[in-house]
Amino acid sequence: MQPAVVAAKDTVPDLVEIALSAQAVSAWYGSKLAIRDINLDFIRNSITALMGPSGCGKTTFLRCLNRIHESALDARTAGKVLLAGTNIYDADVNPVVTRRRIGMVFQRPNPFPTMSILENVTSGPRYTGMTNEPRELADLAEEALRRAALFDEVKDKLRDPALSLSGGQQQRLCIARALAVKPEVLLMDEPTSALDPLSTLKIEELMEHLAADFTVVIVTHNLQQAARVSHFTAFMLGDADRVGSVVEFAPTGEIFTHPKDSRTEDYITGRFG
Amino acid sequence: MSLELDSPRTVEVSQRGLTARQAIADRVFRIGLVAATLTFVILIAGLFAELVHGSWESLVAFGPKFLWSSEWNPVTNHFGALPFIYGTVVSSAIAILVAGVVGIAAAVFLAEFAPPAVARPISFFIELLAAVPSVVFGLWGLFVLAPFLGSTVDPFIQRYLGFLPMFSGGIYGIGLLTAGLLLALMIVPTVAAIARDLIQAVPNELREASISLGATRWETVVHVVLPSARAGIVGACVLALGRALGETIAATMVIGNRPAISASLFAPSYTLSSVIANEFTEATSSLYLSALLELGLILFVISFIVNGCARILMWSMLRSQGRRP
Repeated sequence: MQPAVVAAKDTVPDLVEIALSAQAVSAWYGSKLAIRDINLDFIRNSITALMGPSGCGKTTFLRCLNRIHESALDARTAGKVLLAGTNIYDADVNPVVTRRRIGMVFQRPNPFPTMSILENVTSGPRYTGMTNEPRELADLAEEALRRAALFDEVKDKLRDPALSLSGGQQQRLCIARALAVKPEVLLMDEPTSALDPLSTLKIEELMEHLAADFTVVIVTHNLQQAARVSHFTAFMLGDADRVGSVVEFAPTGEIFTHPKDSRTEDYITGRFG
Repeated sequence: MSLELDSPRTVEVSQRGLTARQAIADRVFRIGLVAATLTFVILIAGLFAELVHGSWESLVAFGPKFLWSSEWNPVTNHFGALPFIYGTVVSSAIAILVAGVVGIAAAVFLAEFAPPAVARPISFFIELLAAVPSVVFGLWGLFVLAPFLGSTVDPFIQRYLGFLPMFSGGIYGIGLLTAGLLLALMIVPTVAAIARDLIQAVPNELREASISLGATRWETVVHVVLPSARAGIVGACVLALGRALGETIAATMVIGNRPAISASLFAPSYTLSSVIANEFTEATSSLYLSALLELGLILFVISFIVNGCARILMWSMLRSQGRRP
């Protein structure tokens, strides 16, 4: 397969728009500092990979971007995250509304077990009050399932329980569920780490199309995955106190061919991590 | 798997690997487990057989009419179970309705919203409440709850809802409603404690999936968390209902012990277990004793039916999720 990054370098336009911007973001669990002072810009309609060894805080940082980090007990965040210019941590911004604009896909497939395939996809639109009209919901569901490359596999059994699907299908169902709310940004937290290689390939393929409509941020500890799917890569690393920060951020092609930081080079050449 | 274990080759291998002592210990252990499990089967079967045997005289004398006859007259030796069935079913229904709503609400608060510093002590007290002996509840019901309901709550309800038959008639303090509410208090810790554990056991990934879609915490609880735990919560309610159906002493102390059927929830009533406990020692004729035992048989059958229905309900819930129960 042609590495997406080669194509990506050519397609990133000169004039870019920043969809999401993290400014001096730090996060704590209780009194333990997990990530320190992270500054990153996410370009609209691009895929950015957050790459690094386990425990470097990449998932924590991702969870700060839609304010789901703070739902954990004693979790706390500092800094700004600008979504289309507005800081989502401002006092007058409702995190519930923010999360409708910034969707998320998790490490393990987590479809709602009591709902059918269709109900899973339409749960977002129904709860967020987008629509309750069956016809519109069906259209939204079909569109989302098509984008998640799942529609053809499930179109005849939309009323079946979501758990009757295979693991890979369940994860694509979760992607469809997140897309049905029509978010601007899609956060993906190691979306293929619990899947077999074939399911992983399907999800990587559909990601190429996602960037046409969404801004995607994907956490991965898999170098090849970062190289294959992303336009930009941020390499993160934890220090001696296991506080994570960004070591290097650049277009994916550059990171993998001419890393500026020796630690990045060590990681991608397999000297540690 | 089992096929493999049964095949001669596997058996041979496993036997070769074991010393004689291990093989004996293995066998003794297995026999012990089977025996312990069989105890339950024998107990249930024996109990049922003994109840049928003991109530045979009454079964023959009254036939199925026993179920819908309202007469209970030891002097003329005419017996019917309907008032007791009514009292048992209605008081337990009130109990499980109130305890279900309050218990699940408390469980949601403790599991989803309360900070641990609040949830831990409250959970401890709920579990403590479940351990209070029935007779203490009964005493409290008789001396505190019944007078309070009779003087304050019942008249208040009657003033506004008295046009409904269920809230009409004389108010005595003791009666069906009081018994139902006291039973609710006794079983609500069971519902709350089990439901809290079940809600906590719902994977956090599901909550996060819902929250990340832009659902509020309330929507997450109603649409995702509670449905995921519902089969277990139904089970908790049935466990609690079983206790309410069979609860004897506390119900006896506040229900009024009068074998009559009244539309009013304020009226005195009687339960199956109460009448057995109250009249067992004074059952002079053998038919009287037999009729009391038949009441026991009916209670047994009601519990059996309730548990059976709950099983079917839970099974269908799990099946609709595509899981194997």
